[in-house]
Amino acid sequence: METISTDVAIIGAGGAGLRTAIALAEADPKLRIALISKVYPMRSHTCAAEGGAAGVIKPDDSFDLHFDDTVGGGDWLSDQDCVEYFIHEAPKELLQLEHWGCPWNREPDGSVAVRPFGGMKKKRTWFAADKSGFHILHTLFQTSLQFDSITRFDEYYALDLLVDDGRCQGVTAMEMRSGQLRQFHAKAVIIAGGGAGRMFPFSTNGAIKTGDGMAMAYRAGAPLKDMEFVQYHPTGLPNTGSLLTEACRGEGGILLNKNGRRYLQDYGMGPETPVGQPQLKTMELGPRDRVSQAYWHELQKGNTVSTQWGECVMLDMRHLGEKKINERLPLVRELAASYLGVDIVKDPVPIRPVVHYMMGGISTNTQAATPLPGLFAAGECACVSLNGANRLGSNSLVELLVFGRRAALSALEHIQGLPAANTTALNALAEETQQRIRTLFSRTDGTESMSGLRKEMMDTMEKNAGIYRTEEGLQEGVAKIHELRERYGRVILTDRTNVFNTDLFQALELGSMLDCAEAVTVGALARKESRGAHQRLDFPERDDKNYLRHTMVYHQGLDAPRVDYLDVVITKSPPGVRDYSGDHK
Amino acid sequence: MKERLVQLEVLRYNPDTDTTAHFQRYEVSCPEEGVVLDALNKIKETIDPTLNYRWSCHMAVCGSCGMMINGEPKLSCHAFLREYDGVIRVEPLAHFPVERDLVTAPDDFIEKLKRVKPYLIPKAPKPISEGEYLQTPAQLKKYHRFTLCINCMLCYAACPEYGLTPKFIGPAAISLAHRYNLDSRDGGRDARQEVIASKEGVWECTFVGACSEVCPVHVDPASALQQVKIASSIDWIKEHLLPGGGK
Repeated sequence: METISTDVAIIGAGGAGLRTAIALAEADPKLRIALISKVYPMRSHTCAAEGGAAGVIKPDDSFDLHFDDTVGGGDWLSDQDCVEYFIHEAPKELLQLEHWGCPWNREPDGSVAVRPFGGMKKKRTWFAADKSGFHILHTLFQTSLQFDSITRFDEYYALDLLVDDGRCQGVTAMEMRSGQLRQFHAKAVIIAGGGAGRMFPFSTNGAIKTGDGMAMAYRAGAPLKDMEFVQYHPTGLPNTGSLLTEACRGEGGILLNKNGRRYLQDYGMGPETPVGQPQLKTMELGPRDRVSQAYWHELQKGNTVSTQWGECVMLDMRHLGEKKINERLPLVRELAASYLGVDIVKDPVPIRPVVHYMMGGISTNTQAATPLPGLFAAGECACVSLNGANRLGSNSLVELLVFGRRAALSALEHIQGLPAANTTALNALAEETQQRIRTLFSRTDGTESMSGLRKEMMDTMEKNAGIYRTEEGLQEGVAKIHELRERYGRVILTDRTNVFNTDLFQALELGSMLDCAEAVTVGALARKESRGAHQRLDFPERDDKNYLRHTMVYHQGLDAPRVDYLDVVITKSPPGVRDYSGDHK
Repeated sequence: MKERLVQLEVLRYNPDTDTTAHFQRYEVSCPEEGVVLDALNKIKETIDPTLNYRWSCHMAVCGSCGMMINGEPKLSCHAFLREYDGVIRVEPLAHFPVERDLVTAPDDFIEKLKRVKPYLIPKAPKPISEGEYLQTPAQLKKYHRFTLCINCMLCYAACPEYGLTPKFIGPAAISLAHRYNLDSRDGGRDARQEVIASKEGVWECTFVGACSEVCPVHVDPASALQQVKIASSIDWIKEHLLPGGGK
C-alpha cells in the first residue's frame, strides 16, 4: 500500500476543510497539507446553503445581542465560552472572505448589506443573493488554488483513522478512480466531513452527506456529542426536499395553513405582524425548531393542505413583487418553478419541514480539538457546542469559517515537537483497513442488500426519531438500528470491480450512517426532556436539573454504545425563557 | 403523484471488464415531474447496482451530474422527463476521458481553472481591521453573472473548439478569469492575460456560442469570451499603434 507522508491531513474539502487548508498554508508556507475529499471541492454541500452568514457589523447591533440570540436560540445547550469566541471572530472571518472576493450583496454606499434571519434580533446576516453558501465555497476553493503547499486528493474516500500511541497519526483512503488503498501518515488530522442528514429519507442534504467523518471519529474512540438534536428546516419543497431558504421569510414571506391563517401566532410566535413588514424574532422569523414544530401541530389538527406530494402548508411570497424576488431570491424562484411548477411571483408554494442539519457531531472544544490527541474537527461534522439544541439559520456558514481556522491553529500547535511516528505500527493499522475492505469486497455468502438496509434505516429514523419523539418509538428505533448494524455485517456487493465502484462506496456510506443513526437514537432515548429540536411528547418540558448537559456517546463495536454526559459551560446567561412573541406583549 | 414509464439507453463502460463501450436499455417508472437523475437513481436502487454516475445536490448547484442526454450536455438533475419522448439516450459528458460508465475525468478542466489565477489579486491590499473594500451594487453587477459558474463543464462538452483543440483554455475558465478582471477590488488582470489572451486562450474561440446555450445557470461564457477579445485587442492597439504604448 502506498504511503503518503504529510504534516496535516484534512478530511473533507467543503467550506470548513478549505478554510482550514488556507489557514494552515498561510501560517506556515513550508507545511505539507493533504486535503482529502470523496468529491471535488466545489461539489461539497456547502454549495447548497442559501440564506447567508451572521456576523455583527452594523452600528445598531452588538456582540451581546448576537450572543443572546445564539444562546437562547440553542435553548441554553450552547457552551457560552464557545459562543463568545465565535461572535467575536465571525465579522473578521466574513471580512476575510470579502477580501478574498466573495460577492456579498451591497448597500448603495458600497458597504456590505445584511438581511433579517430567523431568531436574530438584529439584521446581521451577510448574503450573496440566495446562493451564499455557493459563493463562500467557490471563493474558498478559488482562493485555495494559489497555495502550492495544499495538495488535493480529490475523489479519495477516507476510511479509517490511524491511532497509535494514544494519538491520531493519519488516515487510510481509497482512490476512487483506481480502487487502490492509500495510507496518509500525518502529525495531525482534521475532520471536516459534513453532516449525516441522508440517514433520513426526506432531507435537504445532498447524496454525499452520509456522516463518514463523524463515524470515522466515533469508531476510533472519539465521542459523538448531542447527536439527538436534528434540525428540521421548516420550508422544503415537498417532492425533492430541496431547501427554500429562510430568507424567503426574512424578506417577508408568510406561512399559511389551509384556512389561510398565519398559524405561527397560535404557537407562541404571535401576535400577527403586518404582511410585508417582517418583524425580527417573531412570527415567520421565529427559530427553526419552533416553526417546524408548529407544522406538526397543524398536521395533527387537520389544518394542512393535502397536495399530490402529501400534507403541506403554504409559503406565500407574492406580496414581495417580482423585482425583489428576482434580486433577492432568484434560486428559490427557479427551484419552485422547475421542480414543482409553481411561480412564486404568482402563487404560494406548498412546503413542509425537512431534515436539514445535525447540531450534534464529533465532540470538540472551543479550540476545535477532540478528546483524541491529534484529531481536530470543524463544520457540521463537529459539535463544538455553538448551536446547542437548535442552530439559528446563518450561524453555520460562519461556524465553518471560524472553527475551520481555529482547527488549523490548534493542529499547528499540536505538531510542534512530536515524537517520530512508529511507521510499523501505522502500517499494521492500515493493513486492518485493507482487510476490512477485502472482507466486504469478497463476501459471497451475504444475505443483505444494501439498498434494502438503507431503506429500513431511513424509514426507522423518520418514524421514530422525527420532529416529535416518544419513549416507545425511540426504544423501537434503538432496537431496529441495532438490528440493522448487525445485519450490515452480512451486506453483499453486486459490483466487485475496482474502478469508481459506487456500489462499494454506497455500502461504506451506509455503514457510516448506521453508526450515526445509533448515536442519534440512543441519545434521544436517554434524554427525557424536551429542548430545542429534541421534543418528547412524554416529557414536554425542558429539564435543566437533569439535562442541562451534553450527551456523549461512545462507540462499543456492535454492542450498545456507552452514554455519558458533560456539563454545559454557562458563563453569563442562566437558562431562561425563549420568547418569540415580538415586541408587543 | 402520477408516474410514467421511462426508457433509458445508457452507455456502459468498465475498464476492468470491457474492451469497448456498449449501450444498455432500462425501463423504470418515475414521477412525471421527475428528472433523468431520478430515473438513474431508481435503476441503481432497484435494477442494476453496478451503474455508475456522480450526483449530489439534486438542485443544479453542485455541478456533479453533467452528462449527454439525447446528445446534449445537461445536468441530469435538471433534465426534466416531461421534455422527452421515447427512449432517452444517456452518455458520459463529451470531450472528457471516461473513467467508467457516466463518470468522466475532469482533470484537464481542473488544471485549466488553476492556470487562469481565479482569485482576487487586490488592487490596493489592506488589512482586515480596516474593514471591507467598498463596492457599489453597480460595480457588483458588472461581474456578478460570471460568479455563477458551478464548474459543471457542460460548456466544455458543448464547445466544438475544445473538442478539436484540447489545449483551448475553454469557456468556464476564461469566464472566471474575466469575473476577477471585472471586479472593482481586483488588480490582477495583467497576471491573467498571459494565459487567457494567449493562443490557447480566447483566440481559439470561434464564437459558436454553444457554451452559453447549454449553461444551466446562465453565466453566458460566450459574452465573457467576446469581452475578453475586445479588451485584449484594445491592449494590442495601445501597445503597438499608440505613441508610448498608450501609457
